Formats: sequence, C-alpha cells, structure tokens
Amino acid sequence: MAQVTIENVSKSYAGDVRAVNSVSIAIEDGEFIVLVGPSGCGKSTLLRMVAGLESVTEGTIRIGERTVNEVEPAERDIAMVFQNYALYPHMTVRQNLAYGLKNRGTPKAEIDKRVAEASRILELDQYLDRKPRQLSGGQRQRVAMGRAIVREPAAFLFDEPLSNLDAKLRVQMRGEIKQLQRRLATTSIYVTHDQLEAMTMADRIVVLNGGHVEQIGTPLEVYRAPQSAFVASFIGSPAMNLIAARGEGGRLVIGDQTVTMNGAEVPNGPLTLGVRAEDMALASGNGDGHVEMAIDYVEELGASRLVHGRLTDERLALSLPSGAPLSDRLSITLDPHRLHLFDPDSGRRI
Amino acid sequence: MKRVQFSSPYLPYLFLLPQMTVVFIFFYWPSVQAIQSSFYLEDPFGFGATFVGFDNYLEAFKSSHYQQIARFTVVFTILVTVFSLSIGLLLATTADTVIRGSGPYKTLLICVYAIAPPVAGLIGMMFFDQHIGPFVTMAAWFGWDMKVGIDYVDTAFAMIVVAVWKQIPYNFIFFLSGLQGIPVSVREAAAIDNRSRLGRFRTVTLPLLAPTAFFLLIINMTYSLFDTFGIIDVIVKDKAANNPITLVYKVYMDGFRGNDIGGSAAQSVILMLIVLLLTVFQFRFIERRVHYN
Ligand SMILES: Nc1ncnc2c1ncn2[C@@H]1O[C@H](COP(=O)(O)OP(=O)(O)OP(=O)(O)O)[C@@H](O)[C@H]1O
Ligand SMILES: [Mg+2]
Repeated sequence: MAQVTIENVSKSYAGDVRAVNSVSIAIEDGEFIVLVGPSGCGKSTLLRMVAGLESVTEGTIRIGERTVNEVEPAERDIAMVFQNYALYPHMTVRQNLAYGLKNRGTPKAEIDKRVAEASRILELDQYLDRKPRQLSGGQRQRVAMGRAIVREPAAFLFDEPLSNLDAKLRVQMRGEIKQLQRRLATTSIYVTHDQLEAMTMADRIVVLNGGHVEQIGTPLEVYRAPQSAFVASFIGSPAMNLIAARGEGGRLVIGDQTVTMNGAEVPNGPLTLGVRAEDMALASGNGDGHVEMAIDYVEELGASRLVHGRLTDERLALSLPSGAPLSDRLSITLDPHRLHLFDPDSGRRI
Repeated sequence: MKRVQFSSPYLPYLFLLPQMTVVFIFFYWPSVQAIQSSFYLEDPFGFGATFVGFDNYLEAFKSSHYQQIARFTVVFTILVTVFSLSIGLLLATTADTVIRGSGPYKTLLICVYAIAPPVAGLIGMMFFDQHIGPFVTMAAWFGWDMKVGIDYVDTAFAMIVVAVWKQIPYNFIFFLSGLQGIPVSVREAAAIDNRSRLGRFRTVTLPLLAPTAFFLLIINMTYSLFDTFGIIDVIVKDKAANNPITLVYKVYMDGFRGNDIGGSAAQSVILMLIVLLLTVFQFRFIERRVHYN
C-alpha cells in the first residue's frame, strides 16, 4: 500500500505525438482514482507509464517513497488488469493466479493460501483447473482480478477492465471491484472512458483531454462545479447543455431572451452557458425571467422524461417529472445557482 | 466460415481431380510399384525378375554398411533439426523485439528471408569449396585441414552446416510470425509477473510458440531426411565411397548407380514406414501435449 505521485509527467512518441502533457496527480494511500476522458486522450498511456510498460519522457513517477521511472515493471510492486484480461492461455486458472507469486519466490504454502483466498472471494473455486478458453468473459475478468489481488501489491492498475462485458455484468462487476478495493484498501488507478463508471467508482476523478488534466476532484465536485466546458459536457448523463449566450449589464442574454440571475455575477461579453437538464423547471405563472423553449421531441425514461427542444436557436434538453404537462412551447425557469458560465474561447469556468 | 453449396454434386469432385491425379501419379502409384519391386530380385539388364520374398529387406538390415548409414542419418537428422530450429528461433526472437510495431520493416525482412533458401543453399555450398571457400580458409587458420568430399568427418560437418544454413530462413519466418501472434498484453502481463527475461521466455513465450514449433519439428525432420538430397549430392558428387550419406541417398545410389532395383525399393519402403511411424507418433503423443488456442 502506498501513495502514487505523478509529477509533471509527459509522454512524446516519435513524430511529435504528445500523448500526455505535463500531468501531475498526487494519489493518496488507499485512494481509488479514476482516469476518464474520450478515446485517445492519453489515459492508457499514463497508466502504462505508472506500470512501467511505457517509458516516461519527462517528469517523475513515485510509488511510495521510491522514484520508479527506471524501474522494471516486475519490480514496481504493482498489479495490472488489462482490457482483454491478458490471461496466460496455456496455464490453468490456478497457474495464472500463482504465476506472479511463484516468480517472486513466495513459499508454496503462502501461494496456496492466497490463491484459495482469492478464488473464494471471486467465486472461482470450481474453475481453478480450467484453462482460460474454457471460461466465460465474466469469469476471465475475475481471474484477471484474482491475479492482481493475490499479489497484494502497492497499487492496482486497471485499464478499462469492464469494457468487454455486457451492460448488466458491467454494472455488477463495477460494484464488486469497488467493494473489493474498499476492503483491501489498495491504492488503485482505474482507466475508463465511461463517465458513469468514473462517477460511481471513484474517490476522485481525473478528467483528461488531449493529454492534459482538465480537472481533478471528487465525483460530486466534478459534477457540480466543472472547471471547464469540456468537463461539463463529458461528466453527467444526459450531457450538460452548453448554450451560446452573452452578458449584458449583469444580465444573461440568450438570443432575444433574458435570464434573471438573482444577484449572481455575470461578466459582459460572449459566454458559454452550461445548464444540466435537471436544473431547469417548468415556469409557474407568467413572470419575468422565464425563457421560452420550442419542443422537438420527448424521450420517455419512466421515472422522468427528457424533453429535447430549442431555446432561440440553441439545442437544449430538459428533464421533467413523468406526467408533467407538455405543449409545443414551454416556459421554463433556470436555477441561477446551478448555472455554469464558461469562457467561450478558453473553455475555462468563469 | 462461409458455407458454399455446389449446384451439381459432381462439381466438388471435379475440383479435387487435379490434386488427386497428382497425388496418385506421383505418390500412390510409385509407392505401390516400390512395394512390389521390393519383393523381387531384378536382373540388372532388365531380363525379368525373380520373387525373393523378404530377402531384399533382410539383406539391407544385415548389411553393416546400411546400419552405419542409418546411424549417420539419425545423427544428421537430429543435429540439423535441433540446430536449424534453435538458430531460427534465436534469430526470430531477436528480430521480434526490433520490429514490433514496425510494419514495413517486418515485410522487408520477411521478403528477404522468403527468397533466401535456394540462394542460401548455393552460398552455403560455396563456403566449403576446396579452393575459394571461406570456411575452408578459416578452418586452415586453426590448423584444420578441411577436405570436404574426401574426409568423412569434414564432409559430414559441411553437410550439416549447409543443411542447417539452408533451413534457418524457413524456420525464422514461421517462428517470427508465431511470436508476432502472441498478444502484446500477454507479454506485458508477464513482464509485470516475472522480472527475468529468460524466465518469461521459458514459461510464457515458448509454450505459446509450441504449435509453431511442433509444426516446424515435423517439417524439419522431413527436410533432414529427404530434402537434403540435393545438398548431399553436390557435396559427395556421386562418389559415396568413403563419404557420409543418408538413407535417401543410398536408395538413389543403389537404385540408379548400382542398378539394384529390388534392394533400393526395399530401402525406400523402409523409409516410408519410418515416416509413417514418425507422423503417427508425432500426432498422437506430441500434439496432445501442445497447447492450441
Ligand atoms: N506507440 C505509439 N506511437 C505513437 N502514438 C501513440 C502510440 N501509442 C499511443 N499513441 C497516441 O497517443 C495518444 C493517447 O493514446 P492512449 O492509448 O493513451 O489513449 P486512450 O486515452 O487510452 O484511448 P482509448 O480510450 O481509445 O483507449 C493517442 O493519440 C495515440 O494515437
Ligand atoms: Mg486506452
């Protein structure tokens, strides 16, 4: 168990590809960190640098007190779960689990004990003498997990371990991994492109975009106070509405409509307004500060319905309780304390 | 896999016909002829044949010369197979680390190796040329007066080296593509689980290469037994006298130079049986232990 410190780490590939750009993350002992971002944002590259499978171009990676930049993967005291599980196809489940311990000279009795313990936790007891090809995807995933936990390493590294499972199993394994990590209290770095996985599993989320960190924070911080328009659109489902607007004398103007801000600061000039579907409500009465929305179509979700439409020319999705009255045009209010303003050029939060 | 239904039930047989014809003309028919001739003593001048039962076989087995050639053939086959496999594997692993992810380089390298074997055979032969052969010159530096084609051991050495040399490119290509077929992530998982490069090779890479190695083992043994005929022929130049030759070459010598058709046929039937046994053995015992994905 250890802290993992990533300090100004960059990675360049041949031909000027800069996959990771000066990333710094201080990961606490026992913390579950999720690296999330769109495809190609450099999350796997960062994780693989921590694992030692990829060289570090610039910066320092420390596991515990030790700088590991030049340390071989096998000597970093980490265990990794791969997206395609990377089980050894010629070994039985038992041999797969024991392989890393055997190579480290762990006594036979201790190996047996840990393999038994891990297979009990992961419910793999019946499969110990099978080869990986005789297992289902979910079972293989468990073996990959087991291979990591028997090692009792300083840190677990996960690279999209659930993305090859079907949706239902994914939700179940998500919970199991989280629980297991809680119980073992092993520092974990988990890579995913699924923001829901990030939200549900992380102690802290690191949102990556184009090789740099957009924001680091707890799931709620990232959800409630996204530090950039990118984070705002990436975290949360449905994605936050981002609308072109402008500030005029302290008021927020969208096309020809005006939103009252109840004292919240609005700088003058062009702005990007971010508002979540659930932070809007049907207006009661016909007061000032209501905005008019034209309805395009409605998605019925059971507990709620998602209304898609346009506010002046800007697309907008609005979440309403099921059974709320609908018409072609809706008058809605925006909660001024739940509005997010971003600089349209830099994308940073204002 | 796509299933294609033929419109006429005879069409598949028509497609098979050329292959079956070739197999029949060049394999079954000669085999039957050989088995038949092996029971006869044929007059060297073509005036009829006498049925002699198993005499031709007994004669071969009893002949100490035949036994000596059989022993050499075993040694030759083992050495050529072991060396060409292990050198091919060594080169392939070295190349594999270099060309990982570099497609054009890989294609280039494989092209070179693919056109190499016949050329390599020629060059190998030149190595041991009594006058211009660099191998002979080098041996001379160490006081080894190499007399290929005259001295038994020197000739055997040259045969083995050239045979190995010629087969390496073939093994290289198969091992290389076998290595490239091992998923990167499995190697990476092994790199995390095992600090020793050699240990990883032994416990992960090699077992995963086993199907390739098994295939090559059969190919290389067949090669050593039969396809080295050309090399042996060039080196001993029909003068088997005191030179090492393999069983196949003896079949040729006895049949075409000695005009002992019956004896030669008996020997080729023996070879046929050996191959049959080897194949059965390999598939029954070795393949079962090889991991196939
Ligand atoms: N070996 C390489 N050579 C050159 N560029 C590379 C190499 N590996 C990755 N890259 C580039 O680095 C960037 C980051 O890749 P990385 O695999 O880390 O993305 P990712 O965030 O894991 O994406 P995904 O969600 O699709 O797995 C990509 O633009 C990729 O093209
Ligand atoms: Mg990735």
